[in-house]
Amino acid sequence: MTRTGRIALSAVGLAGMAAMLAWGVAGLEPFGHYPGPYGTLLNAVEPGERHAANVVAAVVFDYRGLDTLGEELILFCAATGLAFLLRENREENTRGVRDRVSSDGLRAAGIVAVPVVVLLALDMVAHGYVTPGGGFQGGVAAAGGLLLVYLAGDWRALRRAAPLPVVDTAEAGGAAGFAVLGFVTLIAGGAFLDNLLPFGTFGTLTSGGTIPVANWCAGLEVTAAFVLIFLEFLEEIMAERVRDS
Amino acid sequence: MIGVQIAALALVGGLALAVVLVHDVLRVAMLYGVYGLVLVVLFVVFQAPDVALSQLAVSTVAFPLIVVTALAKVKRRERRNR
Repeated sequence: MTRTGRIALSAVGLAGMAAMLAWGVAGLEPFGHYPGPYGTLLNAVEPGERHAANVVAAVVFDYRGLDTLGEELILFCAATGLAFLLRENREENTRGVRDRVSSDGLRAAGIVAVPVVVLLALDMVAHGYVTPGGGFQGGVAAAGGLLLVYLAGDWRALRRAAPLPVVDTAEAGGAAGFAVLGFVTLIAGGAFLDNLLPFGTFGTLTSGGTIPVANWCAGLEVTAAFVLIFLEFLEEIMAERVRDS
Repeated sequence: MIGVQIAALALVGGLALAVVLVHDVLRVAMLYGVYGLVLVVLFVVFQAPDVALSQLAVSTVAFPLIVVTALAKVKRRERRNR
């Protein structure tokens, strides 16, 4: 196809898309006006029903808990599939590889940053249903904190800080914990992922019934899944180095 | 507040355009991290702190790292095959 032909063809498609977009935007509510009843209703009802100060967390881990379980399993399958694929085809032994950061300043900054980031991440998970945050956000942040061990330190230090058997077990355990919570509520006589625990005092760490349990399971699963992805990708680079030498 | 919202929207639009227009993949990965940070500001300005925290962790840590490590492997292999 000639250049003019291609431009003409894409112009037709783009014009159609622009028209549909303009039509859609014209039909929106005015800027800043929220039309739906769902959010307003939850804001009014949730504090009395579940005692969790962060309504978003109550939606994620309770009202729509089944969706979150599905999302968690997507991440679990993705990380597990990646580990299966990469480990299967990797023949090099990377145990002896050293990849040490030589700058003392960077190492010192890393030593300070690792505990700060990991503690901040744990705080994000722990208070996820009281203030903004939660298992997913805190989990990715915790994995990022552990990654700093490599970025500011040594590849072997990261492998020691996050041994593969522990990471594998944590990933499976977090995913399984969430599902088991659902089955336990079924056995206890409720619906799947029904909130059967006492709801506690509003605004404290003991509020929300089963929300903290689901939240911590998600936190564990997400941390381990991202650490696993990082470890496998980095191991691929180290394997390339072994092949080169 | 409206002024801050407009500024945040303009920044997101500008950086999104920059991400698309840059050709070097490594630069795209780095620029995407900055774009993600601006999106974090946008979400905070529009009062969605939960989404902002997710965006912060994913766009500045997880995504660039996965792209950069994948690029490191591909480039090393290319160099060896040459």
